[in-house]
Amino acid sequence: MPRDPTLRRLGQALRTPVLAVMIGLAVLVIGLAAAGYPPLPALAALWRGALGTPDAVLSALLPRAIPLILIGLGIGLAFRAGAFNIGAEGQFYAGAIAATWVGLTLGAWPRLVAVPTVLLAGCAAGLAWAAVPALLRVRFGVLEVISTLLLNFVAEALVSWMVLGPLQESKHTYPQSDPLPLAARLPQLPGSRLHLGLAVALCLALALWLFGRRTLAGFQLRAVGLNPAAARVMGGVRPERFFAAALLISGAFAGLAGASEVSGTTFALFQNLSPGFGFTGIAVALLARLHPLGIVATGLLFAGLEAGAGAMQRDAGVPAVAVYVVEAVVILTIVLADPAARRTGVAAPNPAGR
Amino acid sequence: MDLLETFLTAAVRVATPLLLAALGEAIAERAGVINLGIEGAMLAGALGAALGATAGGPLLGIAAATAAGLGISLLFAVVAVRFRTNQIIAGTAVTLAAIGLTGAIYREAYGAEGVGLSLPTLGVLPVPGLSRIPVLGEALFAQSPLTYAAYLLVACCWWLLYRTSWGLGLRAAGEAAEHARASGVAVERVRMIAVLIGGALAGLAGASLVLAQVGTFAEKMTAGRGFIAIAIVVLGGWHPVRVALAALCFGAAMALQFLFQSFLLGVPYQLFLMLPYLLTLLVLAGAWGRTRAPADLGRT
Amino acid sequence: MPAPLLTLAAIRKRYGSTEALRGADFSLAHGEIHALLGENGAGKSTLMKIAFGLVQPDGGRILVDGAEVTIRNPLAARRLGIGMVHQHFMDIPVFTVAENIALAAGWPPGGRGLRDRVRRLAEEAGLPLDPDALAGELSAGLRQRLEVLKALAGEARILLLDEPTSVLPPSEADTFLGLVQRLRDRGVATILITHKLQEALAVADRITVLRAGVVVRTSAAGAERADTLATAMLGSAPGRPAGRIRAAAGDVVIGVYDLVIPAATGGGTGVRSASFQIRAGEVVGLAAVEGNGQRELLRALAGLVPPTHGTIQVTGPVSFIPEDRTSEGQVGEFSLTENLVLSQGRAAPWVRRGWLDWAAARRRAGELLERFDIRAPDPDVAAKLLSGGNQQRQIIANAMERRPRVLLAENPGRGLDLRATMEVYDRLRHAAADGAAVLVHLPDLDDLLEVADRILVLAGGELIPMPEGAPRDLIGRAMLGTSVVAAAG
Repeated sequence: MPRDPTLRRLGQALRTPVLAVMIGLAVLVIGLAAAGYPPLPALAALWRGALGTPDAVLSALLPRAIPLILIGLGIGLAFRAGAFNIGAEGQFYAGAIAATWVGLTLGAWPRLVAVPTVLLAGCAAGLAWAAVPALLRVRFGVLEVISTLLLNFVAEALVSWMVLGPLQESKHTYPQSDPLPLAARLPQLPGSRLHLGLAVALCLALALWLFGRRTLAGFQLRAVGLNPAAARVMGGVRPERFFAAALLISGAFAGLAGASEVSGTTFALFQNLSPGFGFTGIAVALLARLHPLGIVATGLLFAGLEAGAGAMQRDAGVPAVAVYVVEAVVILTIVLADPAARRTGVAAPNPAGR
Repeated sequence: MDLLETFLTAAVRVATPLLLAALGEAIAERAGVINLGIEGAMLAGALGAALGATAGGPLLGIAAATAAGLGISLLFAVVAVRFRTNQIIAGTAVTLAAIGLTGAIYREAYGAEGVGLSLPTLGVLPVPGLSRIPVLGEALFAQSPLTYAAYLLVACCWWLLYRTSWGLGLRAAGEAAEHARASGVAVERVRMIAVLIGGALAGLAGASLVLAQVGTFAEKMTAGRGFIAIAIVVLGGWHPVRVALAALCFGAAMALQFLFQSFLLGVPYQLFLMLPYLLTLLVLAGAWGRTRAPADLGRT
Repeated sequence: MPAPLLTLAAIRKRYGSTEALRGADFSLAHGEIHALLGENGAGKSTLMKIAFGLVQPDGGRILVDGAEVTIRNPLAARRLGIGMVHQHFMDIPVFTVAENIALAAGWPPGGRGLRDRVRRLAEEAGLPLDPDALAGELSAGLRQRLEVLKALAGEARILLLDEPTSVLPPSEADTFLGLVQRLRDRGVATILITHKLQEALAVADRITVLRAGVVVRTSAAGAERADTLATAMLGSAPGRPAGRIRAAAGDVVIGVYDLVIPAATGGGTGVRSASFQIRAGEVVGLAAVEGNGQRELLRALAGLVPPTHGTIQVTGPVSFIPEDRTSEGQVGEFSLTENLVLSQGRAAPWVRRGWLDWAAARRRAGELLERFDIRAPDPDVAAKLLSGGNQQRQIIANAMERRPRVLLAENPGRGLDLRATMEVYDRLRHAAADGAAVLVHLPDLDDLLEVADRILVLAGGELIPMPEGAPRDLIGRAMLGTSVVAAAG
């Protein structure tokens, strides 16, 4: 154990996540062996796909990390406030649809204006998508867990309609939108698929970290998540406001992720644009124990896992969906190993503290 | 057979898996446990049914589905009840695990990009006499055996909850766990068993989806039916009979899609896909104030 | 001489670093009422929980009728004929009386059979109760009655009563104690846990005093006197605050006119009509039986609940000390500094345009540790790790830090031992001496009379001001107001 208290704290904070990831990978290896895959070549493929070459890092891992970090940041904020946003997937799609539509419409605008507008449109749509569960919860007491989940399916159907209907490409052949005009695309690092969204995500992570650590509102939000009744009675805050705001902002983050994916990576909208970013985002946030800077790290980690899983499927024939099992094991290990995470503001399902 | 009968028959067929899953979830929630892993248990049940039916016919399929549902919910029960972790997070993780597992196993068993898998299914078994009742007879009593099992299970669940000491203890555990414990209820054990019952029923729900409705398996084929079941439990006020009615209404809403799709040709079909989910939200908003959840639901 | 009905021998129990029981010996004879006295934290409740199988002892033996037994859980206790009435109501509020009894006794629920069985049980015990009434809608007295019926339904020969009168108004408490004596005549032996000396002297055959986890005295009740018992309980003569400081009454800082507040979820009457004024420097006691509107009134004055009718004029700042420390008074996971920051909100010196200066807040939290004698190594320790008394000191420190003109306190002595309770009362009086108006609710009327300059009674949601110096029995009768009618009906 290092003497320096900061280092020691960091070591303690990292112990559980590291353990969780190791157990997750161990389960993967055991599963591979049980299914008759030689584990070593599969793991080698995983490594190659994630970190093996500069191209893998710049064009697979980092671009993949951007939506995961953005969604993870939003989910982290919502969970902090005790709002169980399980609907990032739907909010992501809402953002992607809005960004596509705005991007296709604004083609003639200068890039400096068009790109921020596209991203903001994504934020707004994600926020609006999350506003429904927030309203249902605060007004009618409908659990946000259920409503955000249900809206995921609505969003998926909406995308399906869009790419076959109003937003379908001009040739009307494939179920996808026209490619976004150059002006609406996030700038990329030349020779790679890495785009400016990463910088946006990093700045937002920093901002959220400052918000949580240094501002009264961020502190009160944490109090609301831990004990809404005490926050109300002792702190004089209105828990339902913080709860709703956190839900809305987390929706905006997921919407931004959708916009940045369309504007920076795929340049078009299509079905299955998200390989489950919304759910992976939960694992990303929990593994980081909801810490914004930690989420950057865990977002990179899961992006590596998923990029590697793709390579694993290509090179070793292992189904890429198996990576979900790893994610699930990571989540379960975290909640089992960490008594704080077990009850972090989650036991009390009532934000109004009644 | 006229259009109305066709519609009603489809409604009951579509409602059966929802009914089974919702019934199981109602038992678990009455004990104080909200199990989002039910979606995963249903999915596992669906794959179990497919594998079992391929290997040894529909009956083995049903058995395998029940076992798969039990297995997935055992994982949830251990993590959420035994170790008292957050039920929402544990349930989400368990569903995620089930999506990964079923996807991987499915690809292993049936090849990478599934050719339309065709399974031996449960035929319709009309009940003599009852199925002749005008209008409703066909819909209610010319269904697969799993639908009849569901009817029977509604009665069983009602009896279990309201006429046995064990059920009384279960309801007490969901209302005030501490007080129930003081009255001698082994709260953890009751909750574990309730979750397992819910898992077995979710597995059966998966079986009925595969063997009596769709006739094939596809990745993520439950498409949120487990989550809808959770909403149905709320609509049904946590009471088995009302949950059954709510499930039937929901089945009707889903069957309405087929009806509308054949009539309103100009309207994109995706709008009908959204309909049941939107309807659920709408009804939940209206229903919430009037029904009362078990007081200790979700408390760890 | 037959073996004692129940013997607890050399019972030891440790919770973390505190030893709750250090070899406690206790025996209950056939057909007696045996009072178990001790102040909060002496280990009475732990001992009874062990006898009822809710807690497993670390050492010692339990004998029933001279035979050694292990009581793994309440079910096992019930099989041995042990029934318990807990300090707080242990019913399921949404269950009917019949269902609650069926749950406790292991009877199959449902149908007419159960209802008849319950009715018969109630009549035989001389405790009539409607089997179909919802437990949550009963008055406090009837709910207590239900608890006894639950125990008797399990064919209890041994009844453990944990502070049974603490939730009852004075006259219902007397009725209840009379009932316990009648049960003794039917052969039910009772252990009566209490911290009220008079109660023990009035009904018990024998009295055992528990202090700091060991039995210090067991004797026949007839040979005992209150002062010797008190000395036995406390170890030395009880340190009550010497004399009271009486501040000159100042301006009216609380004015309430025609107030109506709906009942909080969980039942009760809410406030149906209240008009009163409180001046700076006064300590006013709010006397009420649980569920008669005191909770709503205090919360409305604190600005937490909107009234449906009437006006509230309160001169700020207002500080509120809620009854439940862990669920409302603090965020247990937060450090003392963080709880201080939470309680002071935006107006605190360490908040500048929404930004926090943690170093300044931590410094202030450290000063408060000293000033309020909070025993904690530093302000960074999580509040939930402190003892109950220190948690309450911290909550009071945070409340005083706002320099309140109005201090509202809801049962601030709950769960504290006598010394800590007295210290809390002392703080309230000092706050008044410093010019605050203090409105305090305590469930125990005697305590309230000791702290308060004058009393307001809330009964059935109606507020009745008592004249200064009103006698105890007048206040006690006023507290029953309409609730006694409900209980009789």
